[in-house]
Amino acid sequence: MTSAATVGDLVSQPYKYGFVTDIETEKIAKGLSEDVVRLISAKKEEPAFLLDFRLRAYRQWLQMEEPDWAAIGHPSIDYQNIIYYAAPKQQVKKASLDEVDPKLLETFEKLGIPLSEQKRLSNVAVDAVFDSVSIATTYKEKLAEHGVIFCSISEAVKDHAELIERYLGSVVPSNDNYFSALNSAVFSDGSFVFIPRGVTCPMDLSTYFRINSGDTGQFERTLIVAEEGASVSYLEGCTAPMFDTNQLHAAVVELIVLEDASIKYSTVQNWYAGDEKGVGGIYNFVTKRGHCRGDRSHISWTQVETGSAITWKYPSCVLQGADSVGEFYSVALTNNRQQADTGSKMIHVGPRTRSTIVSKGISAGHSSNSYRGLVQMGPKAVGARNYSQCDSMLIGDQAAANTYPYIRSQQPDASIEHEASTCRISADQLFYLQSRGIGFEEAVSMMVSGFCRDVFNQLPLEFAAEADKLLALKLEGSVG
Amino acid sequence: MIRPDAPVLLEICDLRASVEEQPILKGVNLTIRAGEIHAVMGRNGSGKSTLSKVLAGHPAYRVTAGSVHYRGEDLLALLPEQRARIGLFLGFQYPVEIPGVSNLEFLRVATNARRQEQGLEELDTFAFEDLVRERLKVVQMDPAFLERSVNEGFSGGEKKRNEILQMALLDPLVAILDETDSGLDIDALRIVAGGVNQLASAANATLLITHYQRLLDVITPDYVHVMAAGQILRTGGKELALELEESGYDWVDAELERLEASAPEGLAAAQASRTPAEVG
Repeated sequence: MTSAATVGDLVSQPYKYGFVTDIETEKIAKGLSEDVVRLISAKKEEPAFLLDFRLRAYRQWLQMEEPDWAAIGHPSIDYQNIIYYAAPKQQVKKASLDEVDPKLLETFEKLGIPLSEQKRLSNVAVDAVFDSVSIATTYKEKLAEHGVIFCSISEAVKDHAELIERYLGSVVPSNDNYFSALNSAVFSDGSFVFIPRGVTCPMDLSTYFRINSGDTGQFERTLIVAEEGASVSYLEGCTAPMFDTNQLHAAVVELIVLEDASIKYSTVQNWYAGDEKGVGGIYNFVTKRGHCRGDRSHISWTQVETGSAITWKYPSCVLQGADSVGEFYSVALTNNRQQADTGSKMIHVGPRTRSTIVSKGISAGHSSNSYRGLVQMGPKAVGARNYSQCDSMLIGDQAAANTYPYIRSQQPDASIEHEASTCRISADQLFYLQSRGIGFEEAVSMMVSGFCRDVFNQLPLEFAAEADKLLALKLEGSVG
Repeated sequence: MIRPDAPVLLEICDLRASVEEQPILKGVNLTIRAGEIHAVMGRNGSGKSTLSKVLAGHPAYRVTAGSVHYRGEDLLALLPEQRARIGLFLGFQYPVEIPGVSNLEFLRVATNARRQEQGLEELDTFAFEDLVRERLKVVQMDPAFLERSVNEGFSGGEKKRNEILQMALLDPLVAILDETDSGLDIDALRIVAGGVNQLASAANATLLITHYQRLLDVITPDYVHVMAAGQILRTGGKELALELEESGYDWVDAELERLEASAPEGLAAAQASRTPAEVG
């Protein structure tokens, strides 16, 4: 038994969420055109401003080119071979969960996200998105008592059009990049959260994204607004079935925080990663950005990325308000042929703004795991500070880890610190733990958890266990 | 303490092992009974550290022949963690650092793995803290070391104390201490050796692997074995160590040559008939 091989076995556990729900689905024809954009908008009965937003984005997208600067490689994506809208056949969004197709409820139950009244996660409100539509949101009424709006973005377009018109695209303009333009043109569903002035959201909010169809892209759109003095903790989770074709997932998430407000946004991403030869899996091209508009506002991104064949994702903060704070805590685990190019951008605009980046990359198998981050100090960012720490852990000798930090400063009175390290789980460390009675699997898991501790500590309590479980799952296996 | 009727804890017969196809152990025989303290001495490269790693189950070493029985059970058939759980302990010459893993949590998981095997109840965080604080006294260790990552940034002496602390918690029946004295100043040596002496009892046994007499000044062995070329060349009482201290290892080379000439089958055969009890 060589340790490297055994660690390899441990991280190569089968994907447990790879099942497909057999449900009748309404799909539109493959391909993308102005007509398709109009069709999606019509199906969702959208107001004119949103159709205009989509068409403008579509025309911008046509003029743009797919970016090629990331350390990832994949066969070119045929954007005409993707279905841009798929929904389980159930005509209208149901008022009560009792009317939701039991197959859908069952699917989410199987994923560990019970939606039915009796079994709901206590103290967490959940919006469940299946392919292109949101099928249920729990605890809506209870949240409404506090003035908190938590619903699918499609509903928000109907019921809170003025908020959507004011905020949608205000952080990530549709022409920000190739994938944000595509998303703006065809986005299907996602969550909308609005926390009014002075309100601390009484429970954690969570959206669970499930891709079910094999040839469908998922283009989710999430918008979270925290008014003056408001705060919320939000978590998203994602899984998909196993298909031998690649599916495109291009999401946009926008966060807006006003004076003294805070948003804590946590992600546990476990899209299907493809098999050990790199066949199948999700292409995950995501634009996530938060805007600290008010003074003393606060955004914290925490992500645990374990899935997807390709991850291209840089949750960022624009720190405009004086004394605003941006944080990014990330664990990215890649195995087999997975490729991740992920990191953060911290754009310091206002004075005395502060940001922290803690990135932990774990690469196993033949995977490639890159940190790419930008820290920018603008001319007015007097006294701004950044601290970045990028650590990589290699498992086996076939995996790659890279760090690409970009630093730009136009403000001499700003401080930027960057630390990076690379380590390997050595046979001697494993033997040491084993020689104290600790089993091989637990020894690996202890070391990986220890490596990720700084990030896990940032996850909301309810989800820290979930993340630990997820990593343990990835590391689960049989020893001797 | 030698009692001929004490139960045999470890019985090594004609043990041969190699690393990267290079034979290192060439027929080791050794019997250890409860209550005994053994010292294995020898030059660098004599195979004494390899012996400790093979007994603990290091995956880089391949056993090519021979047997090891631990209280009658085939030790070589067990995984390293199983060996530890049934009471075999290896104190490392160079304890590795494990960043990110809390020393306290590590000690608790290890202790509970051993306790489970002993049929004792698992200790929760609070009960374990009480136990560990009491055992810290054995090695006069600062509790601050519990809060740090396993061995990370510890000095040489602190690492060795942490090893003996683990021994105190795991309550082994056979403790193999590989060059525990190396890198220690005289005060640290006294503390570490004092810990080993406190933990030694009529029920357990200790196997000290060392270069120097100075450890044996503070821990008195019942048997001293001299190792060379992957075999135990000579066994004696504590005076053998003193003899080595005075005359050095030169005689070892002469004896090796002589024995190999007289017993071409290897000196294992010539030596196998001698047991510690005969020389003790």
